[in-house]
Amino acid sequence: MLPKSRLLTSAVSLFAIGALTGCTLIGDTSQPESNTVTLVTHDSWAAPQQVLDEFERESGITIKVNKSGDAGELTNKLVLTKDNPIGDIAYGVDSTFASRALDEEVFATYRSPHANSGPQRYDLDEQHRLTAVDVGDVCVNIDTEFFAEAGLPEPENYRDLANPRYRDQLVVPDAATSSPGLAFLLGTIAEFGGGWAEYWGELKANGVQVVSGWEEAYGQEFSGSAEQGSRPIVVSYASSPAAEVSPDGSAPTRALPETCYRQVEYAGVLAGTPNTPAARTVLDFLLSEPFQRSVAESMYVYPARADVDLPESWAEVAPLPDKSSSLPAEQVQRNREQWVAQWRELVQE
Amino acid sequence: MNRRAGWSWAALAALPIGFLAVFFVWPVAAIVGLGLTDGGVLATLSSGQIWPIAVFTIGQALASTAVALLAGLPVAFLLARCRLPGVGLARTLVLVPFVLPTVVVGLAFRVLLPDSQVLAIVLANAFFNVAVVARTVGGLWSHLDRRAEDAARVLGASRLRAFRVATLPALRPAITSAAAVVFLFCSTSFGVVLILGGARYRTLETEIYLRTTQLLDLPGAAALSLVQFAAVLAALVIGAASRRRRNATRAGERPGEKLSAAPDGARRPAGGEWWLVGAAVGTLVLLLVPIVALLARSLHTSDGWGITGYRALLTGDTEGTVAVSGLDAALNSLRTAADATVLAMVLGVLAAVVLVRLRRTGGARPVAETLDTALMLPLGVSAVTVGFGYLVTLHALPGDLRTSPLLVPFAQALVVTPLVVRIVLPVLGSIDDRLRQAAATLGAAPARVWREVDLAIALRSLVAAAGFGYVVALGEFGATSFLARPDAPTLPVVIAELLARPGEQHAQLAYAACALLMMLTGAVVIALDRLRIAGRAGGLGEF
Repeated sequence: MLPKSRLLTSAVSLFAIGALTGCTLIGDTSQPESNTVTLVTHDSWAAPQQVLDEFERESGITIKVNKSGDAGELTNKLVLTKDNPIGDIAYGVDSTFASRALDEEVFATYRSPHANSGPQRYDLDEQHRLTAVDVGDVCVNIDTEFFAEAGLPEPENYRDLANPRYRDQLVVPDAATSSPGLAFLLGTIAEFGGGWAEYWGELKANGVQVVSGWEEAYGQEFSGSAEQGSRPIVVSYASSPAAEVSPDGSAPTRALPETCYRQVEYAGVLAGTPNTPAARTVLDFLLSEPFQRSVAESMYVYPARADVDLPESWAEVAPLPDKSSSLPAEQVQRNREQWVAQWRELVQE
Repeated sequence: MNRRAGWSWAALAALPIGFLAVFFVWPVAAIVGLGLTDGGVLATLSSGQIWPIAVFTIGQALASTAVALLAGLPVAFLLARCRLPGVGLARTLVLVPFVLPTVVVGLAFRVLLPDSQVLAIVLANAFFNVAVVARTVGGLWSHLDRRAEDAARVLGASRLRAFRVATLPALRPAITSAAAVVFLFCSTSFGVVLILGGARYRTLETEIYLRTTQLLDLPGAAALSLVQFAAVLAALVIGAASRRRRNATRAGERPGEKLSAAPDGARRPAGGEWWLVGAAVGTLVLLLVPIVALLARSLHTSDGWGITGYRALLTGDTEGTVAVSGLDAALNSLRTAADATVLAMVLGVLAAVVLVRLRRTGGARPVAETLDTALMLPLGVSAVTVGFGYLVTLHALPGDLRTSPLLVPFAQALVVTPLVVRIVLPVLGSIDDRLRQAAATLGAAPARVWREVDLAIALRSLVAAAGFGYVVALGEFGATSFLARPDAPTLPVVIAELLARPGEQHAQLAYAACALLMMLTGAVVIALDRLRIAGRAGGLGEF
């Protein structure tokens, strides 16, 4: 049976071909040089290559990006590794998790020269360990076509969502497993204070649907997105309508400004980094005009700087909400676990 | 065994044991240890909240395993025993679900069964694991000598009785082996439970995820990890005990017999066998439903049908939303999977060789059983625990691996190695030792003996193991997603990131990427099957 040796030969040669054509990562690990800065960030990170290249050319610093889960996972990883940080700078810790990172002294003090052109509005601590880079408010979105066709007035605020007129129309992501889900829960707590649990009871009676993540809520259940689900009201972002704009410039969906909860994403130089000067330069870059101008279209968030314009279509269909609610970071930190546990009990009955 | 030989065996064993110690035991112990020193573990354990979750975890895993066995066995029969057109296609098809991202499958089952969450969880878990059953059991089945069954029939047994008396006992090692792997996969299944269970149904795995990544409640996570560990260990010990009992009852059987008799047992089905074929076709059709739906979705655009998603994917014209083009991500996937497979093959084959040797040396049997069980553990321990464990340990090694692109294949190898061991071990174990003795008597050095006897006989299974490992690594998402990932994403990661963005164009890109991943898998499986057929030698228990 000759084929056996042929099999061995072909297996070996296949692997050799694979290795030669670069079918392996070995040898790919370029040693980090002194002018490489590791940016630890969340999974939603995206930036135009052109902007990154430009920065590299001007500063001589190469940014190595490490994606580390959502805002919560990112924060916890930073806390666990604060003595031996996995990078030099972190971006993406949001207002919900910021106080944990500050308490654990993950970040070092640094005030960027750009910090006063807008980011200061979202400052959290006097030591300037975290600087706001962008704002991504969580708002209820509605499918305007649905309401036009059904001859129903569009809902506007939290109270409307509990109105029997909008029965079985709202879908929300789980507050325990999804960051917009948690933001919406915090929004209802900011709105109703101690009466939030009662309000959720009303939502429940009105047929609210809870799904595990934003992907299911917006991508699958919501009638205004690509999959054309069955529910015309969804918890998403203030910016979501900008992604649904049709070629003629109109948007089939709308965010309700009265239901927005402010989420700010921060960046900071990691306390344990040996590379502080370069990390500071990268933080300056995150606040620079070219980067700030790119965040809207790359990551669907609003620039923290006040002097950077939104893309044209955004100004019309997805302006930055001006009366978003928010809760103090320490209050969120102190109560998050208990609120979420109580919320879970409420919705799963 | 003289002392020198003993040392060289120890050296062989050192690599897999060392890898397991550094990339599994140490990180897991470190992160659980952090939780233990914080206190509060006992409080979580005694809160009573944990036990319903543990019971549900085990219950859904058992149910999923049962469904996967029921659905997979007829397919195994089809692949192993039937000479029908399309069987080759079925062999490829059955592996495709393995690489589908859990998010995508979860969403598909949610549409299918919006109101019965538990059933959806069980079916989705089974959907992923039919391949394990079909290919493990099918591999052994195709090498069983049909004559025993035929003899039983001649003696007047019904088809069913002949199966029960002659075939089933011979298949049992493969069935229990497959069941163990499926049970471990299902008890740690994460994405599926998160999406389908909603706020209501939670498993140890999803709860560990929540406490570790969102709440940073390390004591709580440590308590849950200990429960998970105990449950998995219990399952493995029960499995090992039943294996020992079986071996005891088969003491009279000479090892090696099966390998010498490997006639081509595939025939046209007859009589009642058509029912089995029907059941197998039914399973395959059910597996096809989400696959076809995905393909259709990838071609569906807002104004009819088109290939905009594919075009954008291949040209990389994605408006900067994805860091790499689809082709680059595909290449990254292929490279990472290649590294993981090579590593897992080296570790798995070494471990299997050592295990076989230990089992032959009377007194070392308990050591062999312990090592065997330890090697399976990574399948049953939470990927979050391992991933976070890396963060608090690996910086102590030279060249901080925590942020190296190589960590991804290392983590994947942890998942693939146990599968390689399960595939290769039965083959190496059933090689007649007298062949080795004969070769040695003829003057062959130990390495030569291994090459001429073990390698020659096991080669086909090795190729099959590499192929299956490669497919698992291609689709692997769990372990990968908890590492600090470099900006060179694999396809499953790209798909998850695309689905997390609003807008029709991202949905289209995501589904086109899914289709690309399925096609890649199909191509790999077909290429490996070619290779396997090219070397039609004996081989057992392959996928």
